[in-house]
Amino acid sequence: MATETDHGPGEAVAARIERRWATLSIVIVALLVGMAAVIGIHRATMPQARVETADPKTLHLSGEFIESNLGSAVEPDGSVTVRAIGQQYSFTPQCIVVPAETPITIRATSADVVHGFLIEGTNINTMLVPGYVSDLPVRFSAPGEHVMPCQEFCGIGHQGMWGKVKVVDRTAFLNMTAAKRRLTCAD
Amino acid sequence: MLTNKRLILAHFWLAFIVFGLALVLGAWQMFVRSPLNTWHFNPEFYYRSVTAHGSAMGYVFPTLIAMGFGYAITEASLEKPLVGRRWAWVGFFLVAIGAVVAMIPVSLGRASVLYTFYPPMIGNPFYYIGVVMVVVGSWIWVALMSINFTIWKRENPGKPVPLAMFANVAGSYLWAWTAVGAALEILFQILPVALGLRSTIDAGLARVFFSWTLHAIVYFWLIPTYIAYYTIFPRAIGGRIYSDAMARIAFILFVVVAMPIGVHHLFADPQVGAGFKFMHSVFTGLVALPTLLTVFTICASAEIASRLCGGRGAFGWIRALPWSNPIMLATALSLVMLGFGGAGGLINMSYQLNTSVHNTQWVTGHFHLIFGGAIVIMYFAIAYDLWPHLTGRASEGFGLMRTQLWLWFIGMIVTTFPWHYVGILGMPRRMAFYDYANPVISPEAFSVVMSAIGGFILLISGTLFLLVLIRGQFSTKGEAGAYRFAIALHMPERIPVALNSFGLWLALMVGLTVVNYGFPIAQLMALSETNVPAVYVGASR
Repeated sequence: MATETDHGPGEAVAARIERRWATLSIVIVALLVGMAAVIGIHRATMPQARVETADPKTLHLSGEFIESNLGSAVEPDGSVTVRAIGQQYSFTPQCIVVPAETPITIRATSADVVHGFLIEGTNINTMLVPGYVSDLPVRFSAPGEHVMPCQEFCGIGHQGMWGKVKVVDRTAFLNMTAAKRRLTCAD
Repeated sequence: MLTNKRLILAHFWLAFIVFGLALVLGAWQMFVRSPLNTWHFNPEFYYRSVTAHGSAMGYVFPTLIAMGFGYAITEASLEKPLVGRRWAWVGFFLVAIGAVVAMIPVSLGRASVLYTFYPPMIGNPFYYIGVVMVVVGSWIWVALMSINFTIWKRENPGKPVPLAMFANVAGSYLWAWTAVGAALEILFQILPVALGLRSTIDAGLARVFFSWTLHAIVYFWLIPTYIAYYTIFPRAIGGRIYSDAMARIAFILFVVVAMPIGVHHLFADPQVGAGFKFMHSVFTGLVALPTLLTVFTICASAEIASRLCGGRGAFGWIRALPWSNPIMLATALSLVMLGFGGAGGLINMSYQLNTSVHNTQWVTGHFHLIFGGAIVIMYFAIAYDLWPHLTGRASEGFGLMRTQLWLWFIGMIVTTFPWHYVGILGMPRRMAFYDYANPVISPEAFSVVMSAIGGFILLISGTLFLLVLIRGQFSTKGEAGAYRFAIALHMPERIPVALNSFGLWLALMVGLTVVNYGFPIAQLMALSETNVPAVYVGASR
């Protein structure tokens, strides 16, 4: 190389520019992390917080995931709880019905292998890991229908594992609950 | 001074043969899952193919590149023959045999569990044994890198270790420690069940162990690319590295913060609490630092090269760069893909935004753009650059190389951009096919066709690449001279001990992993009721 190494002002300038860039990089990263922290604390937007367990061997025998308890239920405080399970290769219930404009808690788990729970057109997206309960607070803003594919490879029938979510008007939903304790739109 | 040329060539050839086979599988997968395929097929073949494609591209191909390139760096930068040549061959054959052992049950359909294993699904034990052999083979390489590094330092007290070797050893340590997560998962959880000694497994714990490997493995794939950015690119275009010290800091940062971040793959999982998820999110932000530093240093190094040969103006120097040089082209295309892929990565790692894209086609698009695009295009560049030195034959066909690199870039963009888009629409990943007649899914059909076309372009580019390498083996003889790495603009005469050794950084690497993984792992190990029955896959049982 023809260039002469110049350990003088050139090197100092190079080091200064480099330090500035490094500082800017650190500021960018701090800003991103800060944003996540503020939104997480201030608006309580965060991935699910606690570790809860449910034994897949006895899901159908006892506890909150017995078949008669699956589906949507109105709680005393007016919110709605949806309980569901995933198994190779379907969801129970296969069609979930929920009211719009209502705080909803989804509680779900898997009866066999790892599944996914994704409602297209929303940011509702969680894993169903056998042995553990997925719990997430959600709210649908408007009535409509969504597809609900399993988003994790769960065996050779994975591509057929699609559920459905029907969001209905809140009063229509409350009328439906008069007749039944647990609601689904699967039948 | 490359003395063990056959050893290095063997690694590169096996790597690129594996790559070629896996590329064919990838293109087939793109086709069968798209609306272009109107015929029925057995979805099991698709998952078999994904398992083979992922295992080959994730475990075998980049590992062999890192190993082969690592041996080349050792000999060329330390200017002495490799210590432990026989052991290097042992490592090579372990990887080769392991790859075959793993692929036999996969091709028979007895281990269609995908390369991420997914317990409680359990495949044939030989699949996991094969993967372990590949890893053990690569650990021999890790030991050899460390030994050669130590011996050279003892012989050259006080002298800075050449940057290429320093980075290479950093990559080997990173790999040694990150592979431990998956090794624990396979040896203590999966294999006992696969062999029939136990019938239950904690799927949540297995996912935590795997996440330890799953993210940092990407940095292991990335290190050869970054070494090429820093030590091949500036030399190939007639320039200098802007800063030697900053390069070392970038590699050290990878070693320290690549591991304690893997739980960002588990944001949507129920078996880890929100606190540790946030910790891992913060550290994932930190790992953007070395990349930001690198982009600056590489662009500045390019500017130095350009101005040395007459480039002027605030932006005019970009035009004056030697664009006909394949290494120049590959690096530029790689940086563009790194930019897009990195931006997508910041979205994935975000504590909140992740739920919008988690496990959708967005993720598939993301890691193909980063690994298949930004990283692999530099593997091509490394091979093009090293080939004349390994074969002792002249390098011919720059035009063909440029065509190949452009096709790879275009193919990767055409494949991954539609993937990102359908991911935002919520299209789930890893499905053998979709019901395009469903009005909800039909708007995604066009994008899937686009991706498939991108896949075919990549297949053409990959074929051209192998043709260039084969041609290089038979072209006219010519001595390429000693293999050299780029040197810094201001070459340091003395260097702080911390930037010339790894003791402190390895302690931090292990310490931070223990801090960020210790509690989640201990908590899950203390839970006994989460061991769930295994679900055996394939016809073996």
